[in-house]
Amino acid sequence: MKSLQEIQQICETMHPELELRHEGSTEAKSKYEKHVLICGGTGCTSSGSMEIVDTLNKELVARGLEEKIQVVKTGCFGLCALGPIMIVYPEGTFYSRIKAKNIPQIVQEHLIGGTPVKELLYDETVTDEGIKSLNETSFYKKQHRVALRNCGVINPEDINEYIARDGYKAIAKVLNEMTPEDVIQCILDSGLRGRGGGGFPTGRKWQLARTIVPDADQKYVCCNADEGDPGAFMDRSVLEGDPHVVLEAMTIAGYAIGATQGYIYVRAEYPIAVERLKIAIQQAREYGTLGKNIFGSEFSFDIDLRLGAGAFVCGEETALMTSIEGNRGEPRPRPPFPAEKGLYQKPTILNNVETYANVPQIILNGAEWFASMGTEKSKGTKVFALGGKIKNTGLVEVPMGTTLREVIEEIGGGIPNGKKFKAAQTGGPSGGCISAENYDVPIDYDNLIAIGSMMGSGGLIVMDEDNCMVDIAKFFLEFTVDESCGKCTPCRIGTKRMYEMLDKITKGQAELADLDKLEELCYYVKANSLCGLGQTAPNPVLSTLKNFRNEYEAHVLAKKCPAGVCKDLLQFTILPEKCVGCGLCAKNCPVHAISQGDYTAPGKKRAAFVIDASKCIKCGVCMSNCRPNAISRG
Amino acid sequence: MATKTSVPFNGTAAQEAKLREIIKAHQDDPGALMPVLQQAQEVYGYLPIEVQKIISDEMNIPLEKIYGVVTFYAQFSLYPKGKYNISVCLGTACYVKGSGDIYDKLQEILGIGDGECTADGKFSLEACRCIGACGLAPVLTVNEDVYGRLTTDKVKEVLAKYE
Repeated sequence: MKSLQEIQQICETMHPELELRHEGSTEAKSKYEKHVLICGGTGCTSSGSMEIVDTLNKELVARGLEEKIQVVKTGCFGLCALGPIMIVYPEGTFYSRIKAKNIPQIVQEHLIGGTPVKELLYDETVTDEGIKSLNETSFYKKQHRVALRNCGVINPEDINEYIARDGYKAIAKVLNEMTPEDVIQCILDSGLRGRGGGGFPTGRKWQLARTIVPDADQKYVCCNADEGDPGAFMDRSVLEGDPHVVLEAMTIAGYAIGATQGYIYVRAEYPIAVERLKIAIQQAREYGTLGKNIFGSEFSFDIDLRLGAGAFVCGEETALMTSIEGNRGEPRPRPPFPAEKGLYQKPTILNNVETYANVPQIILNGAEWFASMGTEKSKGTKVFALGGKIKNTGLVEVPMGTTLREVIEEIGGGIPNGKKFKAAQTGGPSGGCISAENYDVPIDYDNLIAIGSMMGSGGLIVMDEDNCMVDIAKFFLEFTVDESCGKCTPCRIGTKRMYEMLDKITKGQAELADLDKLEELCYYVKANSLCGLGQTAPNPVLSTLKNFRNEYEAHVLAKKCPAGVCKDLLQFTILPEKCVGCGLCAKNCPVHAISQGDYTAPGKKRAAFVIDASKCIKCGVCMSNCRPNAISRG
Repeated sequence: MATKTSVPFNGTAAQEAKLREIIKAHQDDPGALMPVLQQAQEVYGYLPIEVQKIISDEMNIPLEKIYGVVTFYAQFSLYPKGKYNISVCLGTACYVKGSGDIYDKLQEILGIGDGECTADGKFSLEACRCIGACGLAPVLTVNEDVYGRLTTDKVKEVLAKYE
């Protein structure tokens, strides 16, 4: 148990250490000469960053440098495509895709010799004028980090480092200076809206939970960390990189609504996040920032973890609560809303991880500061998980109102291999595909809905000309069919029928009238489903029907897949004017569908090969083996 | 093609004692069923009907409710997994980078379908939702090991490590 003064003392003592982690901060009075930060998030761990931490620690001990150089295992830096990532402060030099075998060289030349190993640095930071720091790269320059401010900066397993970055200062301010009503007013004024996708005003939710049942004997604060949208990993990164911020924010929420117990519902598929949350909760209990009479006040609050078990529908608020109660995670009709009857029929608020990550900063810096960022109706910043056909896959945080073009071209580095942008998918299975004509629309909650998509939790998957939009719609429908809980008929049967219709289209068996039928069914499912899963499941279909109708029509009328994805509609042909007659295609064909024909094109020495379409299984092996690129697909 | 192998239940007394301990630790906990099932699966590797019966008796929850919960969540398995469980990520980021082809290739090589186990009990195969390693897409995991930036050609190399 620590008193407020002791916490302040830790903040002051630790401060110089954290100060060192700004580039060029030679003034910092750290105990160490250098800090080496290595990403311990899921992305970098998967590409071997823990081996690098071990090797580096051993190397430092072997050379007697462990007192001079501190190795810090952090959360996600965001640039997952370049992992494993290592940053050396105070210089801020940025090593990317390093391997354990590079460590002795880096220690010798850089940490001892003072000269960074140029060939191992992220290439964009190496310029003629010298080595640029991380924050000057195009990936980081346009970002504005609020929710992610500690990710990649602190050691998430050390509460002291969180405290050094003003951690637990907001809850201290709340308990000492603010009434619950003040807290709610502050969140209301900030304009913070739910980052899980719906965009409901957070302050309004808290206000309802505080007032709607005046004599409630028990209330609950829940955190939705069941990040199920495929391609979205921002919540995971916050939990892995800065778990204490969620605990602090939930405690603030507990004070605001009058709850004493919180639950974090987190995906079991995120083992690193679960582990760090467990450590954080234990440390917070030891320090007394969770538990009875926090900082000597009357207010007590504790948090427990509940692990999800792989059901997408549990991201829906009522389903999540049903699951915490130990049941099948099926949603229930609203009203009554959880603010009135939530977990165990008690008033409950549920916010998502990223929403909570903003709260302590709003309390400390004021509602006006937060409201100064973003657009008229969407304040603050939003974290996006960039994925798909994009150079810099990873996590970015930008002010609301940034355009898709800025995010994809400038921060994301554009589309690789010289391909053209075709669509960006936001909002996962609940969202839609945004076409190139909306490339310059400022991204916020309302604009995305206006163009037929939605914010969702913030997955942003980029697609190029090689992706078939009908196939993508089918992919999402397959997901929703699989994840539909089956409780209500429109969703259970409607999504299945939609999937079957899409399947027919991709097989070239549909007629034009089927497109209208499909659209009609979409609106029916949208209007009649019980919960958000079914109500939004048609979005991927509706948005692609609207923005890429010509592609649907090509499948239906010409029986062609313009992107060359839908196998049933594909045809491989060998162009005789390009074929050199080498026979590599025939040799590699798994079903012996290729043989030499008898036509020799002018100027060629040997007769061209031909594909027997009736035998071809459209595997594409011939194409990948053809050196003169003589095989066309279409 | 192999079918979902129904291996006879051979839980040990030690496993059962551990299970009873888990149930006891959660007895005053509201909503304890999920954590108990999760930990039971850690003990046995899967949740056969025999294990569900013990939980039903000890926690005084009807078996049909337990079965309902077990079959609702993808994480719970009624069948044992292979020594090496292969999970192919079919999340969006992996899918647009070709994880569907990788999944097909594995089915072809191993001769098993989704959720099935090879006859020798060595490999089981499943598709999984986004594991959040989108920067490495396409990705698969073999037990705890993660393999990223895959192509269909690399699939055999990955399997060879477990021969």
